[in-house]
Amino acid sequence: MDGMDTALAILVGTVRAGTPLVFAAIGELIVEKSGVLNLGVEGMMLVGAVSGFIATVLTGSPYIGILVAIGAGVLLSLVFGCLTQLLLTNQVATGLALTIFGVGLSAFIGLDYVGTPITGLRPIAIPVLSSIPIIGPLLFNHDLLIYMSVGMVALVTWFLYRSRGGLILRAVGESHDAAHALGYSVVKIRFLSIMFGGGMAGLAGAYLSLVYTPQWAENMTAGRGWIALALVVFATWRPARVLIGAYLFGGITILSLHVQAHGFDVSSHLVATLPYIATIVVLVLISRDATKIRLNAPASLGRPFHPGA
Amino acid sequence: MLRLEPRQTTSVQMQYATPVIAGVLTIVAGIILFSSLGVDPIEALYTFFVKPLTSVYGLGEWALKATPLLLCAIGLSVGFRGNVWNIGAEGQLTIGAVCGGGIALAFYGDEGPWLLPLMLLCGGLGGMLYGAIPAFLKNRFNANEILTSLMLVYVSIQILGYLVHGPWRDPDGYNFPESRLFDDYGLMPVLLAGTRLHLGVIIALVLTGVIWVFMSRSFQGYKVTVAGQAPAAAAYAGYSRKRVVLISFLISGFMAGLAGITEVSGAIGQLVPVVSPGYGFAAIIVAFLGRLHPVGIVFAAFLISLMYLGGEALQINMKLPLAVTGVFQGMLLFFVLGSEVLVRYRIKIGTQAREA
Repeated sequence: MDGMDTALAILVGTVRAGTPLVFAAIGELIVEKSGVLNLGVEGMMLVGAVSGFIATVLTGSPYIGILVAIGAGVLLSLVFGCLTQLLLTNQVATGLALTIFGVGLSAFIGLDYVGTPITGLRPIAIPVLSSIPIIGPLLFNHDLLIYMSVGMVALVTWFLYRSRGGLILRAVGESHDAAHALGYSVVKIRFLSIMFGGGMAGLAGAYLSLVYTPQWAENMTAGRGWIALALVVFATWRPARVLIGAYLFGGITILSLHVQAHGFDVSSHLVATLPYIATIVVLVLISRDATKIRLNAPASLGRPFHPGA
Repeated sequence: MLRLEPRQTTSVQMQYATPVIAGVLTIVAGIILFSSLGVDPIEALYTFFVKPLTSVYGLGEWALKATPLLLCAIGLSVGFRGNVWNIGAEGQLTIGAVCGGGIALAFYGDEGPWLLPLMLLCGGLGGMLYGAIPAFLKNRFNANEILTSLMLVYVSIQILGYLVHGPWRDPDGYNFPESRLFDDYGLMPVLLAGTRLHLGVIIALVLTGVIWVFMSRSFQGYKVTVAGQAPAAAAYAGYSRKRVVLISFLISGFMAGLAGITEVSGAIGQLVPVVSPGYGFAAIIVAFLGRLHPVGIVFAAFLISLMYLGGEALQINMKLPLAVTGVFQGMLLFFVLGSEVLVRYRIKIGTQAREA
């Protein structure tokens, strides 16, 4: 059945295209829940992508590549953390700086690796389950990171709403003065959140360069870091909705590829605008209800914290 | 232990000192970067910052590349002062190039001295309308302007790509994705023989003066400043937030659009798939480096322009990748933002005195 195969290919492609968005957005969600807006996701993703790729080329192991990518994301996020949390810089401007820096840095260190072939991460077929028709290839024949991304969403949901740590993190994000008065170290908690966001962004980048493509090209994230930021708003800061949103965008990306493959005479350039236009449309639809955004957004989002200031 | 103590008033000396401090720190970081790459840092820094300016042609290129940066940055600074974040200058620049360049192509073979002014006007208006989209979405639907303006950058680049690969491709161009070369009436007059320096730099400086007057002398400019520095006061005084958003985007969009059309009618001379090496993003750095002040922005535009030239010089003379420019720009912005703390806080050594 050709139609069935196509449909299946689209669905599997959707999950693969959505996974880097899941990682990046779930990381940024934690950051924003702690009251910090880090616009550097795109830059951290790129640096994660390139460093993970280089590590994989050098060691031959994509798993080491993934770890290196997470580490690189964390390192870069520390720059953002030091500036915004210790030197109290403007978060919007610092995040932008992080992206500009990350774009340049990744292009710089990745120059010799453009076009280098690697063996990316292979899918892990779960025994028995993966041989079920349709459901098997759809749910049980993916690479490790896809399983991990779903697990991470579940973990973050549990952490935020069922654990003491999550409660503290949310308190810091809602009212840093109150949290400080209760004796929690606002700066420390925000630092940890920023580092988590950096690690996840690095992982998202590694998914692109080690699994999705798998190769390194300058600026290969193509705005996915920014789409991830939009997804957090789309999800109204709730982890499970991040998953829905990410697959929605993955679906749009894959569908636009299939539109061309099936001989529709549309310019590839115009089709390539679809995910970005979709992001704008979705943002408009969600943000239209200002009260909903106000009720869901962390109240201290983007506000600097200086004890006794 | 180091700690920060808020100043009663912002330090004037530090306002002038911070860009210098940031510059020095960037050079120190550059020395470390080049040394770690096994490159002689003195030679590399000389090639990066000095060598491009040792010829008349180089000086012309310096001002040439500063032009779009200045145009974009001075426009963006209006919004940044009012806490309105237009991150999509690169997109408005691209659409400005498309609209102005479209005029040149539409009147191909039928031109006169009126062509260039019309192109500039349409380029500016095109950028302005494109910039109006995020402003409208912000005002009408509360959609975050950072994200929408940025998404529109990617859209604009694809639109330009579609046009030069498709309907606007040069019919005599051997299938290269380029438009026709504009006719002479559609090109910026060159100011200095032997260089590529064109009229655009004069336009940029004049408009910088206009925006300076607007921000420092007009009531609307004052409202923008109040909206940024004291949003509550602005709301209490009844200043419309929506109008601040709209005006910021219209001005920055117009300026970015103008930057786009001056690039294609000046340095490039036709529409190509990539009209800007990220001037619209670098302009954000320029605006902050210039502390959002017109005079500072002029200096900053020339400094960042030098970084583009320096990157090219390093690539040609020392075989270093062009991306060095981006790394330097990012570092500079980090240091500018980081040293900003000195304006508002004193650094004190020792722990805070505890109340008994």
